[in-house]
Amino acid sequence: MSLEERELAELKSKIGRDPTSTELQIVAAEWSEHCSYKSSKRHLKMLPMDGPLVINEKGYDSGVLDVGDGYVVTAHIESHNHPSAVEPYGGAATGVGGVIRDILSAGTRPIAIFDGLRFGNIENDLQARWLFKNAVTGIADYGNCLGIPTIGGEVEFDECYENYALVDVAALGFGKKENLIKNHVEEGDVVVLMGGSTGRDGIGGSQFASDSLESEDRSAVQIPDPFIEKLIIEAVLQARSDGLIHAMKDLGGGGLSCAISETADAMEIGIEMDVDKVHTRESDMNPDEIMVSESQERMLIVTSKTKLKKLEEICNKFRIGCSVIGDVNFNNQVHIKKGEKTVANLPADFVANATLLDLPSKEPTYLKTIETEKNFESISDYSKLMMKLLASPNIASKIWVYGQYDHEVGIRTVVKPGADASVLRLDNGKYLSAKIDGNPKQCYINPREGAIGCFEEACRNVVCTGAKPIGMLDHLQFGNPNDPEIFWTFLESLKGLTDFAKSFEIPCVGGKVSLYNETPKGSIKPTPVIGVIGLIEKKPSVPQKISNNDCLLIIGDTKDELGGSEYFEYVHKFVGGKCPSVNFADSKKNMTSVLDIIDKNLIKLAHDCSKGGLAIAVSEICMTNQIGCNVSLDKVPGEKLDVDRILFSESHSRYLISFDNENLSKIQSILNENNVSFAQIGQFGGKKIQFNNGTKSVIDLDVEKAHETWLHALPNLVLHGKKTN
Amino acid sequence: MKVGVVVFPGSNCDRDMYHVLTDVFHLDAEYYWHEKELPANIDAVILPGGFSYGDRLRAGVIAAHSPIIKDVKKMAEKGIPILGVCNGFQILVESGLLPGVLLKNESLNFMCEWTNLIVENNKTPFTNQFKLNDKIPIPIANGEGRYYVDDDTMKELKKKNQIVFRYSEVVNGSANRIAGVCNEAGNVVGMMPHPERAVESDINPVDNKPSSLIFESLLTKMGVSK
Repeated sequence: MSLEERELAELKSKIGRDPTSTELQIVAAEWSEHCSYKSSKRHLKMLPMDGPLVINEKGYDSGVLDVGDGYVVTAHIESHNHPSAVEPYGGAATGVGGVIRDILSAGTRPIAIFDGLRFGNIENDLQARWLFKNAVTGIADYGNCLGIPTIGGEVEFDECYENYALVDVAALGFGKKENLIKNHVEEGDVVVLMGGSTGRDGIGGSQFASDSLESEDRSAVQIPDPFIEKLIIEAVLQARSDGLIHAMKDLGGGGLSCAISETADAMEIGIEMDVDKVHTRESDMNPDEIMVSESQERMLIVTSKTKLKKLEEICNKFRIGCSVIGDVNFNNQVHIKKGEKTVANLPADFVANATLLDLPSKEPTYLKTIETEKNFESISDYSKLMMKLLASPNIASKIWVYGQYDHEVGIRTVVKPGADASVLRLDNGKYLSAKIDGNPKQCYINPREGAIGCFEEACRNVVCTGAKPIGMLDHLQFGNPNDPEIFWTFLESLKGLTDFAKSFEIPCVGGKVSLYNETPKGSIKPTPVIGVIGLIEKKPSVPQKISNNDCLLIIGDTKDELGGSEYFEYVHKFVGGKCPSVNFADSKKNMTSVLDIIDKNLIKLAHDCSKGGLAIAVSEICMTNQIGCNVSLDKVPGEKLDVDRILFSESHSRYLISFDNENLSKIQSILNENNVSFAQIGQFGGKKIQFNNGTKSVIDLDVEKAHETWLHALPNLVLHGKKTN
Repeated sequence: MKVGVVVFPGSNCDRDMYHVLTDVFHLDAEYYWHEKELPANIDAVILPGGFSYGDRLRAGVIAAHSPIIKDVKKMAEKGIPILGVCNGFQILVESGLLPGVLLKNESLNFMCEWTNLIVENNKTPFTNQFKLNDKIPIPIANGEGRYYVDDDTMKELKKKNQIVFRYSEVVNGSANRIAGVCNEAGNVVGMMPHPERAVESDINPVDNKPSSLIFESLLTKMGVSK
């Protein structure tokens, strides 16, 4: 996709002449949806972005949070969907690289990576399996080489991603507040391009990402080189410590075009650069290619002529390229030359700020009947059904994935992956927890409630570690925005997220919008992915081993809202029903109570109740602790429901907590004081996972057998094509 | 008493190792970039983990030709304690300071998990505080960690007591479950697992004392009082 006619006319009238071919390329890259957010930007402003801990500086590519004692945490999220759908290894790897450089550009050291992966149904779709396997390897090879731990994420499979892939990567950084890059320029400053060489890979990548995926344009996919990225990280951090960086920007979508025009626009300066000064991988690249190449592992740095020598010494130490490609001036023009010849000369603010669109929206017709349920076949054997669910790709253990990621390097990982959320220790004695969550099945049925649910789930995961949510990242992934029905789902999700963020006072510190996610069969389901960052002032809740006679208690009501649940979709092959909705008042009460109980050190473990419902959540505790549990379904608080609905409802705001019997009364009094709905529903012991309804046994599983199935189902399927059930 | 931490392009456990040496064991440690020389009066050298040169060609093989390796070899001859962890072990093997090679794991994947080591040789500068057969809970994180030697060399290793650590169970297909070896003199030790990730109680989910003995052994060897 290049410029639309309307945009071309706008460009011509602004500059009063026909644009050169380089100008066309630059503007097309910068005005692509991917770079300009032209469809979404006017609406994104509704999200609350300020808060007591948020530090806002111009030109940052990542959000910055003050975590006290002179330290900051930075956060960002990106996706690399289109490239990953064509070349999953390189696409996923360069997705990691891009978000890491965003963290770096604030002057902070990247300390954690999270990945959210979505593919088609891997049970029968071999291409989905191939995409999954290679995306995981791509992330592993890149993150491991950088020495940045990948400590969390999620993997989901849904037929709506057939022939496609969603690869979302979030990253956190940490550093001293005084070391943050304060983007500024001085007269006579020079513009330096540092890092890998500019090649013909990723040409037009951002336009490619702003279009429906119709052809497998492999040259639009970037080639990863984590080794160069690692050298850039060390070189940049050293240059930062030596005070050599005036302003810095990562080269991502749109390559030099975007980095140059956005830097000039943000700093209100002009930049004159010469494409001949750019160190290239091939000798005969033309200016257009150089300007829009999305070759990876490159940073744009503005520094003074006097500091340049030291910067060059650092680059030389690490043997990475360092080219002075241009000068700063104050004419607010982006002036690109090839030698003496001008190939583009455009006003920076004009290039960097595409005219925003106000797209029409309309409620999709499918939503009118979506809540109507059909009659389901009755389940004769719940134990058998449970074994099937434990082996299903969305529920089976993801250890095969995170076991390939180095999650220990950096020696900060206190709570390891596999728990609700991982926890990192910080240098000031505090702890950081973070999680990303999405739920396209629910978002399809109700874009607003579904998005709120993702947000709350990420909060719940973080709360289970004892962390208070302090910031949020949103990644909004939808289909073609020119379809008013799709755009409506985008707006609904965004409004829901905004309401939750405002009510819970969790500022949005970063985000990304990815549109045109279309497969040959149509649009993907609305897929907002929400990251929540939590801070622990004292000590995190590290899951402790559960022993015989420990109590199991549930906080929060279980309701008749199974729309988008694994039970409806995987078991009954039914898409529809009522989407779970979050009651903000209950959500707050429950969250505060769990944090209070953890703070008072009363529990051994807290676990969020989500995908697969109560039945799966209890089983997960049992399997990871190798202990049985006896659960009374008739005691579960909430509406009076049939057993299948109690077992598998995915109602939000629910937590399972396990603790020593002697703390029961203290916990009860805290919950009563906060007027929270709760019940002690079970006791641990033995080797059987049992769910009873009154005196009737509903589920009876052998822990060890369940554990084996749950643990090995995914690798069996991915590596050996073996379905467990 | 000074410990040198060698940094190659792509090393990524250097900062972790430095933190453990200085903040946990209060040693005087210094980074040495791979193009620098090691001072003659250095008391121990550690090659940390990571992906030197991006593991191109084969893990450790390019770094084994770095200028500083000449000095490391001199130190090895002088009997100075040298420890290579993970990529550091791969570099020691590739530079010929230790026998054997490290192949791709049997799973063909990168593996990050906690496992247990068994101490087989308690005469080295990094194991002198252990009893034989002591168990060490410790994490591994590598893609090429499967130790291999031919049968004849294996016999020699056993005879000369060069097997320092073995895994308590089959982890990655290593020959004889070997996780760490030393040179004939015993002063150069290489190991795939990461002791620097296991010596602090808040990040070690099992027990941080056994791994700490690796560093306390070095302190003892260097004559530093605890």
